[in-house]
Amino acid sequence: MVRLTHWLIAVSVFIMTGSGWRIYDWSPLIEGTHIPTTLTLGGNVAVSRLVHNEDGLAGALQWHFLGMWLLLGSFGLYLLYGLFSGYFRAMWVPIDRHALGHDLALAAKFRLSHSTGVRSSLQSLLYAVVSGAIVLTMLSGLAMWKPIQLDSLTMLLGGYEAARIIHFIGMLVIVGFVVLHLAAVALMAKCRLSASVVKDLARG
Amino acid sequence: MLRSGLSLGMLAALTGCDITDRDEVQSVLTTVSTWNDRVQAFLFNPDRLARTYSESDVQRPWRYNGRDKAELAPVIDPDTYRLTLSGTVGRKEPWTVEQLYQLPQVSQITRHICVEGWSAIGKWTGCPLSEFLKRIDADLTATAVYFECVDGYTCSIDMPSALHPQTLMSFKVNDEILQPKYGFPLKVRIATKLGFKNPKLVTAIWVGNENRGGTWDDPRGRGTSSGYNWFSGI
Repeated sequence: MVRLTHWLIAVSVFIMTGSGWRIYDWSPLIEGTHIPTTLTLGGNVAVSRLVHNEDGLAGALQWHFLGMWLLLGSFGLYLLYGLFSGYFRAMWVPIDRHALGHDLALAAKFRLSHSTGVRSSLQSLLYAVVSGAIVLTMLSGLAMWKPIQLDSLTMLLGGYEAARIIHFIGMLVIVGFVVLHLAAVALMAKCRLSASVVKDLARG
Repeated sequence: MLRSGLSLGMLAALTGCDITDRDEVQSVLTTVSTWNDRVQAFLFNPDRLARTYSESDVQRPWRYNGRDKAELAPVIDPDTYRLTLSGTVGRKEPWTVEQLYQLPQVSQITRHICVEGWSAIGKWTGCPLSEFLKRIDADLTATAVYFECVDGYTCSIDMPSALHPQTLMSFKVNDEILQPKYGFPLKVRIATKLGFKNPKLVTAIWVGNENRGGTWDDPRGRGTSSGYNWFSGI
């Protein structure tokens, strides 16, 4: 279940950021910033101009409001399963300053060990932060989608424009997590590969 | 490891060749968009008002937005202009600008939110569309209201949104008679919908039970429309 939801969440985050970046370019929060269109999702801009008489925003919105359901479903399933199956309790490692310092020092030397089913304090912290960021990004997204019908949510977050900023920061945290996560995965893969090469060499 | 590597590869491939415009992908995206129309119609509360702001919050001058440059906006001659009516409407006589201006009017200051993400606060003055629909003896139990604009733009909305108290046939923005670029003589201001669902330069109104979609949004499928979501409520 954790593996299934992991991949569903991964696909949703990919759709949401890819299309979100395209939408961002239409009205950047930070003036002068632009995300290269090739990194975004929403259809070929030239095709869109030719066939749909629009410059590639509509396709991105189609993806964004599809990804929304996929993320809600997969992340919701993950949270429900984690809470009720005891998975979160079993995996949780208390986050304390001492353990974190220790983990960070090991990670800096690329020596933080990782075995399936065992977490470090650092991992606990990162998973908690990214889960919080996903929740906040979803809430601010809802607040921007329905600022009148969900007026109290939007006002709780500080209004429509504030919700945009929260949505943007949430995205940055999530993307930051994905980058760290992929780097760790790539590093692990390299380590395992070299370990097996060493073993093969030793065997002669 | 191999499995995750493959999945990552698949994700990477997705970015390379954009699949958005493939028929089978479009059919899924359209289905979800239609589902989103239904969710939004369900979420829409006809009694819930958009937040209103004070005069000092109004953005002046009003932000022009459109596909073409503002100078290219069609200039409608008030002497020859007629607002034509069709569909399930009892009184189909066309309206002149002068007649429109004699309708009872209200002002409201609300936030305009664009599908592009930006927003701006403006003041609109005009006649509630619900009042106008009653005066022309329109069938208020019909499901849709459809607008045609002088530049060929079309747009349709659901009846509950048409009857919302903050949906106005607006003649002024920020206390000034609409300039051509803002939609002279008539812009339908719908506070509960995204900006592109607020048609300007309106020349015809149709009431009926068929969802005719619009230039930017056709719920029957993207086709040659732009492919924005039809309901687009906020």
